Amino acid sequence: MTMADIGLYLAAICLLIGAAFTLVGAIGLIKLDDAMKRLHAPTKVGTMGIGALLLGSIIVSFARGGSSIHELLIMAFLFATAPISANFISKVNIHRRCCDETPELQGGQTWSTLVEREEDKAVKEKA
Amino acid sequence: MIRFFNWLFPHPFLTLLLTVVWVLLQNEFSAGMAVFGLILGIVIPRATAVWWPDRPVGFKLGKMLSYICLVIWDILVANVQVAWVVLTRSNKDMKSAWIVVPLELRSPEALTVLAGTITLTPGTVSADISDKGRFLLVHALHAPDPDAVCDDIKSRYEARLKEIFV
Amino acid sequence: MTAPEFLNLAVMISFGVVAVSQIMAMIRLVIGPNTGDRILALDTMVVNAIGLIVLLGIWQGTRLYFEAALIIAMLGFVSTVAYARFVLRGDIIE
Repeated sequence: MTMADIGLYLAAICLLIGAAFTLVGAIGLIKLDDAMKRLHAPTKVGTMGIGALLLGSIIVSFARGGSSIHELLIMAFLFATAPISANFISKVNIHRRCCDETPELQGGQTWSTLVEREEDKAVKEKA
Repeated sequence: MIRFFNWLFPHPFLTLLLTVVWVLLQNEFSAGMAVFGLILGIVIPRATAVWWPDRPVGFKLGKMLSYICLVIWDILVANVQVAWVVLTRSNKDMKSAWIVVPLELRSPEALTVLAGTITLTPGTVSADISDKGRFLLVHALHAPDPDAVCDDIKSRYEARLKEIFV
Repeated sequence: MTAPEFLNLAVMISFGVVAVSQIMAMIRLVIGPNTGDRILALDTMVVNAIGLIVLLGIWQGTRLYFEAALIIAMLGFVSTVAYARFVLRGDIIE
């Protein structure tokens, strides 16, 4: 068994792990019953799944005698943007009030999504 | 000399990042491509320096690297845990909860890294921040003991970030 | 089973599994009761589409699809943020 063979086996295992995680993310998206709970499964387990697929792709390119590490760019991009998309979606859920009530804060502070902005007040007064 | 250096590299980290991304995009390393990447990495931050009014804050590189390794390890472990929770628990036994984390960090960069870390480690999503930036709202998928999660976030991530961004 | 055959089998299985997850995300897109769920389903579909493109690249042994995957990743992120921001503020660029 040569190094290339070991690499191909390793890559195949990476691909299977990645596909399994992707499927778990999708199952969570279907199964869970609350908007905020649903946010957990796909944004992270799915990202992890795609990370494993990309790692498999890198290993395959090395095992086939090339060298290609630009998949790292996609991986880094996905890992940098996943928290931002998750944060925006949870802000949408809070804004549309389609999740459990957010906890109250002491000291007269509120959550920034629920703050009423000046320009919104102006629009309301006009109406 | 230092002023010239500051003029040429208004954002040293961005210069480094642009060079690395350019080399990765080419997908084969050659000296010419690295030099061209470096030229782009100098010209782009210089041309857009007007839109970076604040000097970027410094951080401790060694501690940042060990923090990144810790976070990657946590992501791997917690992914398996969340996959297990999603697959085996029914919706009724899943105790999801809002957790309010009081913050000691103040700088925006540190807060961004903290919120990103909380979201990337599965099981918790950082959802919102209070209007004065004193509390972070975190949603946990399965947290039988919400206070333990809060303590874990504070001792495991926030304490380390306080040392990184001085 | 030799290594290339095993890899081909793994790629085929992964194609099937990722395609099934893509369909499940599409079901959530259709039934999703709230706007947030629909945005989340679209985001998941974009991520899964990147996975499918990467698998196609491995299967055909070419690097041509890398740029497509990168551009889909960028477009997917920007569209998720734009959609969420539109729901939040009623406007994308204020």
